[in-house]
Amino acid sequence: MQTAQTDGVRFQPASDQSLLVYLGEQISPAAHQRVRKLLRLLEQKPIAGVRNLNPAYCSVLVSFDVVRLNHARLEEILRGYIRRLDAMRIPKGRELKIPTCYGGEFGPDLSEVASLHGLTPEQAIELHASVTYTVYFLGFVPGFAYLGELPDALATPRLDSPRRSTPPGSVGIAGNQTGVYPFSTPGGWRLIGRTPVAMFRPDRKAISFLAIGDRVRFTPISAAQFAALERG
Amino acid sequence: MKTILVRAPGLLTTVQDLGRPGFGPIGVSPSGAADPISLRVGNRLVGNKEGAAGLEMMLLGGTLVFPQGAIVALTGSDFGAMLDDVNVALGTAVQVRPGQTLRFGPTTSGARCYLCVQGGIAVKSFLGSASTHILSGLGGFEGRPLRKDDVLHIGRAGKRFRSRKIARQALENFSRRKVLRVTPGPEADWFSDSSLRAFYAGTHRVGEQSNRMGLRLEGPGISQRGASDMITEGVSLGAIQVPNGGSPIILFVEQQTTGGYPKIANVISADLHRIGQLRPRDEVRFEQVTFDQARALLIEQEKLLSSRELIVE
Repeated sequence: MQTAQTDGVRFQPASDQSLLVYLGEQISPAAHQRVRKLLRLLEQKPIAGVRNLNPAYCSVLVSFDVVRLNHARLEEILRGYIRRLDAMRIPKGRELKIPTCYGGEFGPDLSEVASLHGLTPEQAIELHASVTYTVYFLGFVPGFAYLGELPDALATPRLDSPRRSTPPGSVGIAGNQTGVYPFSTPGGWRLIGRTPVAMFRPDRKAISFLAIGDRVRFTPISAAQFAALERG
Repeated sequence: MKTILVRAPGLLTTVQDLGRPGFGPIGVSPSGAADPISLRVGNRLVGNKEGAAGLEMMLLGGTLVFPQGAIVALTGSDFGAMLDDVNVALGTAVQVRPGQTLRFGPTTSGARCYLCVQGGIAVKSFLGSASTHILSGLGGFEGRPLRKDDVLHIGRAGKRFRSRKIARQALENFSRRKVLRVTPGPEADWFSDSSLRAFYAGTHRVGEQSNRMGLRLEGPGISQRGASDMITEGVSLGAIQVPNGGSPIILFVEQQTTGGYPKIANVISADLHRIGQLRPRDEVRFEQVTFDQARALLIEQEKLLSSRELIVE
């Protein structure tokens, strides 16, 4: 299988109609910047025959029309794009806030997460809300943002058995990531709170509340503030 | 505007077209018909563009009334459809007179039957597509499977009825196969030789929990090493990922867009529509082909699909 490597870039066919481009081999701000740049370049100057792009921590999955392109031809075109990344400037991500009501029925796993780390629930909330997170990418389900890095003192493995359903707006943590469930989906992340802000808004021009590269802080709110915000 | 009244919805009937590719950056998978070839052919039979929206029925169909009549075609699996009290053949354009009732039963072959209507099913487009994305409740008819007493609108058409049917020879080319052809997955070399042998030599049974997001496979356990090192990455349609438990999952049309489990193989484009016809408890095997072979097979299939000989008038 072809796994050519130049400039720290690796190409790997994923299927007959897709090619994985690895821009780094570890989760890092540098790899993230390269993913953002390549995505932006591909959105600004689309390659004829490319049908979809799936960015992630260190990679972009490029899906294409098999009749019009093949792996070798696409790789050649992408190498031209990648050569331009270092000279490219991209704007800093937006600064956004996610008001969150922690604990109680909204965050059923908060107490356990706190006690696993020898913290009080209040300390755990303070830690979670003390950091500015980066949106590494959106994936899994519509509008789901992978946010990092969670402070080490809060990093917690996933639940042993995932919940069958998590309420929309649930704020969860898994490993050193945190995120907000946009829809009621099954999920193994530990739930520590909930936000009244809709993560996915099909009636708006910016359908997803968050975009790749955004900078995000969680701000603690009371149950009364949650109710008020939910009413809009 | 012509309408369709839903007297009984069936098990899981949704509005589908050919999906909405291009929204991976916001985590939206394309969705679309699970057996897109059946939808495309059905649309050609009624004189539509091949991507027009139709109804996708799963395992058990419903009962539909056409107060103003319509020109329809059924494709995919045989759900024993009756127009009033007359059997309706698959793969044939049919004129429904005003007030007639189309009744579907349980499948007698594969998983999905498609109903295409001249003019298409008219729903509000979401991100450029009429497809229902069930998990997120978006697209299609109010973002959900049909319910009793729903009223669907049929798009404007006004072409006169023409007798069309699929050439029998062409049908054979798209018939069901128990062997899905695959190319190696991006993490194929994470699997031991014995796991790869078990995967390719073994028979896999489609699990009961399978749906449009993914099909769970039961069969020979497959072990992979180093899943804990795996960094979440974009996943392709038809990817076969192997979670820690060892039971593979084929990611399907309403798939998650990224995933953190290694992929042993990926179903080739030319066989993706066959996944849409697999029922729970069906058995499948996998056969590896090269990327070049996979591409040649798709080009050949597309040539057949666009040929004049596909449909006889």
